[in-house]
Amino acid sequence: MRQLLILFSAVILLALPAQAGPVQDILQDHSALITKSSRKTIQPAIDALANSNLPQAQIVLQTWQGKDMWLRIEDGLFFRGNTLPSKAIQLIDFDSGEAAGEADKKALKQLKPNSGVRALIGTALVQFQLIDPDPARRAEALAAIERAPDASTLLPLRASIEGETDLGLKARKIRTERLQTISFDPDEAARIAALDAIKGDLGVDVRAALNPVLTTKRMVFAGDPPADMNIARRLKPGADELTDKQAYDLIVAANLGAPRLTPDALRTAMVNNAADGMVGGVPVAELNTQAARERAYAGLVTAGVVAAAVTDAEAAKAVRAHRFVDVYDEPSQAVTDAASATLDAIETKVALNQALDLGLDALSLGSIYFLAAIGLAITFGVMGVINMAHGEFIMMGAYTGYVVQQIIPNYTVSIIVAIPMAFVVTFAAGVAMERLVIRWLYSRPLETLLATFGISIALQQIAKNIFGTQARPLTSPGWLDGAWVLNDVVSISYIRIAIFVLALIFLGFFLFLMKKTRLGLETRAVTQNPRMAASMGINPDRVNMLTFGLGSGIAGIAGVAIGLYAKVTSELGADYIVQSFMTVVVGGVGNIWGTLLGAGMIGGLQKGIEWLNPSNTLAAQTYMIIFIIVFIQFRPRGIIALKGRAAGD
Amino acid sequence: MKNSFLMRNPSILIFLGLLALFTLAVTLMSEATGAGLISTSFVKTLGKTLCLCLIAIAMDLVWGYTGILSLGHFAFFGLGGYMIGMWLMYERTRQIVETSLANAEIPPTAQEVVDAIGSQIFGVVGSSDFPAVWAFADSLTMQLVLVVAVPGVLALVFGWLAFRSRVTGVYLSILTQAMTLALALYLFQNDSGLRGNNGLSGLQNLPGADAIPQSVVSIWFFWASALALGLSYILAAFIVSGKFGSVIRGIRDDEARVRFLGYSVEGYKLFIFVITAMISGIAGALYYPQAGIINPAEIAPIASIYLAVWVAIGGRGRLYGAVIGAAVVSLVSTWFTGGQVPDLPLGGYTLKWVDWWQVLLGLSFVLVTLFAPKGIGGLIDLLDGIRSPNRHGAALGPDSGSLQEREARE
Repeated sequence: MRQLLILFSAVILLALPAQAGPVQDILQDHSALITKSSRKTIQPAIDALANSNLPQAQIVLQTWQGKDMWLRIEDGLFFRGNTLPSKAIQLIDFDSGEAAGEADKKALKQLKPNSGVRALIGTALVQFQLIDPDPARRAEALAAIERAPDASTLLPLRASIEGETDLGLKARKIRTERLQTISFDPDEAARIAALDAIKGDLGVDVRAALNPVLTTKRMVFAGDPPADMNIARRLKPGADELTDKQAYDLIVAANLGAPRLTPDALRTAMVNNAADGMVGGVPVAELNTQAARERAYAGLVTAGVVAAAVTDAEAAKAVRAHRFVDVYDEPSQAVTDAASATLDAIETKVALNQALDLGLDALSLGSIYFLAAIGLAITFGVMGVINMAHGEFIMMGAYTGYVVQQIIPNYTVSIIVAIPMAFVVTFAAGVAMERLVIRWLYSRPLETLLATFGISIALQQIAKNIFGTQARPLTSPGWLDGAWVLNDVVSISYIRIAIFVLALIFLGFFLFLMKKTRLGLETRAVTQNPRMAASMGINPDRVNMLTFGLGSGIAGIAGVAIGLYAKVTSELGADYIVQSFMTVVVGGVGNIWGTLLGAGMIGGLQKGIEWLNPSNTLAAQTYMIIFIIVFIQFRPRGIIALKGRAAGD
Repeated sequence: MKNSFLMRNPSILIFLGLLALFTLAVTLMSEATGAGLISTSFVKTLGKTLCLCLIAIAMDLVWGYTGILSLGHFAFFGLGGYMIGMWLMYERTRQIVETSLANAEIPPTAQEVVDAIGSQIFGVVGSSDFPAVWAFADSLTMQLVLVVAVPGVLALVFGWLAFRSRVTGVYLSILTQAMTLALALYLFQNDSGLRGNNGLSGLQNLPGADAIPQSVVSIWFFWASALALGLSYILAAFIVSGKFGSVIRGIRDDEARVRFLGYSVEGYKLFIFVITAMISGIAGALYYPQAGIINPAEIAPIASIYLAVWVAIGGRGRLYGAVIGAAVVSLVSTWFTGGQVPDLPLGGYTLKWVDWWQVLLGLSFVLVTLFAPKGIGGLIDLLDGIRSPNRHGAALGPDSGSLQEREARE
């Protein structure tokens, strides 16, 4: 029996070469290259497999890349190998996919392609992945190409578009194919066609593909530049883009002229040639002016120690004699023209979208200021009380939100609870402050400022003592994470949209309260004339108390909103107080529309200035404040000024 | 003699006498010239306190007497400090650079020295060129002029713009606060030319005075601060005692009425605003060499609000009140925040004054504004038997806390 078995396996082993399938044939054809496994020579073997149109080719390449391909030494055949628990290798035939017996490790040679070869195999595999029946695999392969564009993937990608069934993937493939065409296709017409086709695409990757096409090199020529050069533009030395000094430096860099004598070089020449306390006939002690050093250098030139320096006149003449051009690295002018036309079109569109994005940013910043200032508009605008502790009410609201979140772990529920809680807490604080301090100071506005400032620093310090100096997180619910992305340029985070909506709700609430309710009527009456209001049966004390409480309560809610996107610290409110006052003052006191306009203007202005000088938000704030100071000159009572009796004086 | 300047302002002689006594006492107790009872750092603290008293006088002039609650005077104070700091830093760096370049093979040119100073000073903000604002940094005279000129010009421009458009009351306060914030934010930038948030440092070292110990230098500055305080007190008393003083108090109490009487209210206000800005600049120029470092955080709006609080606690509308307020609050503040006050055990909780001092201070502002609008200076009225006239509820002026000694005498 055993003999029979041995015989049988011997027959199988002997029979295998005869049965070898097409894959094995290809492998055998390139056996020498495959076993040599060098990045420089391996390409024909990979190509033969990849272009064989055999269904097994992909498996072979994957096996090879995964270092699972084994060579049976005795007959030189290639197999896929599985290491068995017994350390022996189970061989699997590539063509049939069936097991072809086991073998000891010693009888086999594992093929271990190096990383260069593996990369080449990977590239060859892309074409299989791009037409993989599984859309997820196709998307994965496409994403890999998008991440690392490479000349070799262009053709497989192009070939795979035709058979693509998934419409979304097809669109992506077409787009990627165009970008790759621009970057790698040797055919000029195809590149220009692709350049035309992507006009108006806002993607960052499009600009990333276009920019290398348009890179230039600054060059200098003694005469006219060669005609076959793709010249971006000719430069005229002396203007800002190319100063005379830079022009001469270019000449020196191109070895077309001798370097000029810089102060450093002059100094080095002095140091190197000092002898017996003299340099070029000038005593070393006198070399403390530029003129003396130049005199000494002239002496050295006469002595023949150093070469004569290029004079200003010579340098100027050299600059005039040379031509300076920016030359495209890309040789084809048709391509660069098409690329710059496309880039111009895209940039125009990007600029428009950036303006839109900036507008959204400004709107969101404006709504934050509006939220922070609306409470102040009530206390300062309506009651004429300047409340320096307003910022601390905002902070209190934010900390209330934080504490609520510690108790209720569900973020959505905790925010829903925190908003009314913040209102209640700060309303109570506001009413207490009005009863205890502010009502005694109604006739003394400047002293109100001081007293409320005292409360402000006390509250800040108390918050610091309770919650510590480190920032506390106020986490927004999951559905507020992320951003609403219109395209690669325009996006706005949901939290900012929520703040905008909140600001709108407050505006509506405030208008309703002031125009449609009894309290609003009484507040307006007390604002205009407290004594008259009192004689009409309104209790000014009560109205003032409620109004102040309301303003503080709104500050508390604003605190929750601000805390959601900024860290909660004891200085949170102080950061907003000056801007809030600005908003109210710029907008005009005593008018909610004025506050709205003021917030919009300050938000827009700050974003606008930041856009002009994006690296420097500090400067933006400085210029904004200066602008506001100047603005107050022309409209001392704000954008919307109360007129007549309501103005008070 | 009854109407002579000194007789009308008895506080001048008392104040100057006390200041002289104090200066003498500190000098005798200092390490440099006397018994060494008080440390050099405490002499510096006292000298700095005198500078704060000086700016408090300026604040009292502008707020207590003229009724302009400026929240920007610490900006002028800081500017004065920056101006003198530029010279101190430039000159000291120049000496260091010249010493190191003296050993070079060939003598340096003037340009090389300036370049080396530039890279020393501005290396920290990644630059080496001198910005335009340092144009006069090599000249002590020019920088001393700038100590008063820069705050003066800024106050002139700002004041002219603000007063011209009749911005008054809390609006003006907010506007001055905005100006301070704008200046502080501007200086925080690295390319402002004044080393961004690093500020200017090493100001305690006088150029060319390396051999002189800090204990002596601190006494010099102490004397200079005391002298400046004394002179400014006389100047301020002179300004407020005559007809001019009556007009500015009139502006404080009812601006419209003074305008209808034909006075140029804007001119008076502008004069006071500018002169107090200059005094603040001098105070800053004396303060920061004693502090040793100046950075934009010093100018932040909150410092100016504190200044107003000192004056309020000391007693507005009286010059000695401002001095008392600044001295008491800043010294007590130093005492509390320095951790020298023993903690207060309250059963389960130990009250650490370092943490709770701010709360105490804040609440004391509220209490002073509510119950003692005259501030600490009101105690002197009690001693002196001065009582406010009973106007049956009607205030003396819009600012009922700002009384002047004579006018409020019954």
